[in-house]
Amino acid sequence: MQRKRWMFALLAILPTLAIFAYVRIYPIGDTLRLSLHKWDILSKNKPFIGLANFEELTGDPLFREALLNTTIIAFGVLLITIPLALVLAALIYHRTRSRFAGFYETAIFIPHVVSLVPAAMAWKWIFDSRLGPLNALLTTFGFAPKAWLFDPVLSVVCIIVLCSWQALGYAVMIYLVGFKSLPTSLYEAAKLDGASAPQSFWYLSIPLLKPITLYVSVVTLVSGFNVYAQAFVLASDAQGAPGRQVRVLVLDMLENSFRNYRVGYAASEAVVLLAIVLVLTLIQFRLLREKGGR
Amino acid sequence: MKPLSENTASRGMSMRTKERLINIMIDVVLTATCLLMILPLVFLVSNAFKTPQEMLAWPPTVIPDDPTVANFKAVLGDTPLLRWIGNSILFSVLSTFCILATSSISGYILGKFRYRAFNVFFAIILATAIVPFEVYMIPLYFQAKALGILNSTWGLLLGYLVMSFGIFLIRQNVIQSIPDELLEAARIDGAGEFWIFWRIVLPLLRGALGALGVLAFFQAWTAFAWPLIVATTRDSYTIEVGLALFQTGFTVDLGRLSAASALVLIPSITLFVLLRRNFVQGVASTGLKE
Repeated sequence: MQRKRWMFALLAILPTLAIFAYVRIYPIGDTLRLSLHKWDILSKNKPFIGLANFEELTGDPLFREALLNTTIIAFGVLLITIPLALVLAALIYHRTRSRFAGFYETAIFIPHVVSLVPAAMAWKWIFDSRLGPLNALLTTFGFAPKAWLFDPVLSVVCIIVLCSWQALGYAVMIYLVGFKSLPTSLYEAAKLDGASAPQSFWYLSIPLLKPITLYVSVVTLVSGFNVYAQAFVLASDAQGAPGRQVRVLVLDMLENSFRNYRVGYAASEAVVLLAIVLVLTLIQFRLLREKGGR
Repeated sequence: MKPLSENTASRGMSMRTKERLINIMIDVVLTATCLLMILPLVFLVSNAFKTPQEMLAWPPTVIPDDPTVANFKAVLGDTPLLRWIGNSILFSVLSTFCILATSSISGYILGKFRYRAFNVFFAIILATAIVPFEVYMIPLYFQAKALGILNSTWGLLLGYLVMSFGIFLIRQNVIQSIPDELLEAARIDGAGEFWIFWRIVLPLLRGALGALGVLAFFQAWTAFAWPLIVATTRDSYTIEVGLALFQTGFTVDLGRLSAASALVLIPSITLFVLLRRNFVQGVASTGLKE
């Protein structure tokens, strides 16, 4: 009987495990292995070169640019999204019983769900230097129009705006779950003590929601470090005029692998990306544990 | 005593009007924010119906003065857009099916069959969950190449067969909502293990599977980097990749781009509004990982 159950469990889980090993564990291991090898796709042999790929990365100007841009984008999105999401979620939670609550949730969430490329297309039009409403608006107020998608600084700003617009809905949704789980008795007590709504938001909600803030921050940062489609779409102006490609990590990685045929080198970039994500996750766990210990 | 009570009554009244005023202000702020959030998409759809001249009009019109379907006709003539949408639907449906199947079976086993060896598997699944797809997609590409399934739905599917979070979500649900006694009772009645899974466990997981299914579908539908490297022939593009590459063409104008984008957006927004409850539940559950 016990044996039969064990057999069933094993047989049932085996296919998933096999798939999982093949499409997750093996390629992750392969990334780590390739990062220590030199492989140019065409040649049969992949000589082991130790940490040479990583040494080269530290002096590679394109990689440095990619890392810097990606970091700016990830933290830019974080700084816009988290405070805005917290306030919006608080306001929506406050108006839960309003008949518009469903509309609020849906409208803020829609940018997060719609396909990336069509949504990015909408922003491309907004930012377009000749046809876009943003420049038209600037001109009506007497400002000079700007080449949003060409300027090296502004094009990064455009990506941050687009990514924040998409990330906001997710953050608001998670915060709303958080607000719903807060103990109402605390707020009633605060109200009896004469605390105003902004005061209880500042002194109660924000500290109580700290674990959620931590979680949403890490998720936002990690997806910020993986930014690619947004940079890809915004990189060209209307009518196909080549805009300025904002170099991000994933783009640099794919270019090294499929344009320069340097798979080993690209793998070492992937390992750097992995290291960033691991560090962020570890920081999250460490901070959470600190809070639990107190 | 009378004046005093009157006084408190009026104060209570003013408190209530004040509260109401604040609520109205909050509603105004939220409505404005929400409109701002969906405005880019509204304009995208409206631009799709505009003539090239009206496209340049300032301020931009929300409802086109002279609506035309010329952009849609042009785009459908220029590109195999419907084929790309078909590719995306097939890929997303198959991926959803695979993720639901693998997650429900292994989530159930990991939740109810507490063998030591399985804990190791579960720990590995959790550990790999934090590794972003972009980290290992290049080696995975070479695996797809070795299998000879590049430029096909199977190649796309290779990256989206399992979902660590799905396994985790179903395991949590199994532990929380399926009592051991129920399974034991069925076993005493002589039910086979497979029958128990199919007839007792799966129906009880319907809510969780619905949420996971919607999540999985949208994950595949919006995938970008993986389809971009795996499906590189015009006929095998997914809609995301097809659109992204189409927009880099030199002869493409914004009207056509908007029309193509609108064709993709309208079904996905409709689907989202219809499945909103499932979706919100699924996304909300991603926040409960800790």
